[in-house]
Amino acid sequence: MADATTTEPRLRQPRDTATGGSWAGKMPGAKRRGRGRTQAWLWALPPVAVLALVFLYPLALVIQQSFTTDMGETSAEPYSEVFASQAFRDALGTTVWLAVGSTIGCLVLGFVLATIVAFVPFPGSRAVAKFIDVFLSFPSFLITLALLFIYGTVGMANGIWTDATGASAGPIDFLTTPWGVLLAEVTFFTPFVMRPLLAAFSQLDTAQLEVASSLGARPLRIIRQIILPEALPALGAGGALVLVMTLNEFGIVLFTGAKDVTTLPMLVYSKAILESDYTAACVVAVVNIAISVGLYSLYRVVSRRAGA
Amino acid sequence: MLVHSRKGRWSAWAIFLALFLPLFALPLLVIAVASFSTNWSGAFPSGFTSGHYEKAIRGASLQALTTSLLTAAAASVLALAAGGWAALAAHSLRSRGRRVLDALFMLPVAVPSVVVGLAVLVAFSKPPMLLNGTRWIVIIAHTILVTAFAYQSVSAAVKRLDPAYEQAAASLGARPAYVLWKVKLPLLLPSLNAAAGLCFALSMGELSATIMLYPPDWLPLPVSIYTATDRGSLFTGSALAVVLMGTTLLVLLGLSRIRTKATYR
Repeated sequence: MADATTTEPRLRQPRDTATGGSWAGKMPGAKRRGRGRTQAWLWALPPVAVLALVFLYPLALVIQQSFTTDMGETSAEPYSEVFASQAFRDALGTTVWLAVGSTIGCLVLGFVLATIVAFVPFPGSRAVAKFIDVFLSFPSFLITLALLFIYGTVGMANGIWTDATGASAGPIDFLTTPWGVLLAEVTFFTPFVMRPLLAAFSQLDTAQLEVASSLGARPLRIIRQIILPEALPALGAGGALVLVMTLNEFGIVLFTGAKDVTTLPMLVYSKAILESDYTAACVVAVVNIAISVGLYSLYRVVSRRAGA
Repeated sequence: MLVHSRKGRWSAWAIFLALFLPLFALPLLVIAVASFSTNWSGAFPSGFTSGHYEKAIRGASLQALTTSLLTAAAASVLALAAGGWAALAAHSLRSRGRRVLDALFMLPVAVPSVVVGLAVLVAFSKPPMLLNGTRWIVIIAHTILVTAFAYQSVSAAVKRLDPAYEQAAASLGARPAYVLWKVKLPLLLPSLNAAAGLCFALSMGELSATIMLYPPDWLPLPVSIYTATDRGSLFTGSALAVVLMGTTLLVLLGLSRIRTKATYR
């Protein structure tokens, strides 16, 4: 993996000059190459057409529906209605702070864990890296399900408390609050930060660390001055990805089953399926798309800058 | 090695375990334990039973599992075909065209899956393409959601491919279709396989879009886990979750075995 990424620029160079346009005009094959380009576009057409039919066209319909009133007229009225409702404003606020909070939590936790795995290796640290890969392939709602057993009202943590103090009920009751969602999201999305970090750390020249520490730098200083600067691109890319995914997270919120934790995706679901108010659902959906697509484009730009 | 003193190393490991075990290992362990218990009110569960599994592999639950497997298999194959085709086509385009295709095919990642569900529901509920109430609407939604990942992994692999092989084949007179079939695709096989695993796992655990559009006779496993826990049958839900995780891991393991064979061929 590491080898492939480092040799990639070298592999690409000669091919780019070979197909580059500067001297292609003098070649006898120039005309044929022009036809080849049209042919390349023709080859790209079928998958694009399928994508347009099953994805872009439905998205366009959602946007169209969001501008259609109950009477069938086209206006921005649904937007002003939805924006005026308290439920939407609460959901927007909750969504944003949950996403920002979980992203910060994932970044801090992911950095600490990845640094230990990469630079203070222990027997079994490779198994941890494998475990993270496996963890990524599980659905998010399983975490909430597990948290119900651990921190639920009759769960493990409260059980230990009542056993120890003899009280009738434990003090832990945060699962149905936004904090429960936050804990689940930090747990589920931290591996998404750790993976790019571990990849970045595996390319870091450990000689730098040895030199720094032989010159008397303490571990915290090495982390601050060598490891952290090296990790910044990976942290940026991972953090932006997690931010987008937490903004769009649905399963975790659904499984907490709390009435007072409503995020934008949850609002889309309840408007469309529970209230059958498709226009309002489409308005919320458009807002949600705008936020997450905007952030995702930012992520692509950042990760391309970072050389990912 | 960042920390040289033995004390420092042990404290770093202690921090790691203190964070890692309760946050990542404990949840999975708890689900596994709960799936074998009848009761959990207190510090530890009580009442060992395998009854939840007997229920989980029979009747409606078994049907949910086969539904999930079929949906995931269909979605992965379709996504690999569409995403792989698009990635290969994008590679032969110049930088601007490639960027357009990248943006188009990565867009479903950025759009919330609930919204993908809503969009598919809105589009396929009226005459020209009336699919609402059939299994195809679920499969289409899953395919849209996982195609981006197939596109991403295949296009990363095509970029890493050494162009010397196809140039050599072409210089020996092979036509483009022959080069694609005999040179490019075999070289891409390991990453196609990895992409298939990723798509399969994602589709197996998909809940957000599915819950917007599943018809009553095509109910995937995540939805039945949700209905079980929503009714309060947390233990049945855990057993179903273990079945879901176990099946996903088995398929991933099988795919990775095929992959090792393909790599060392």
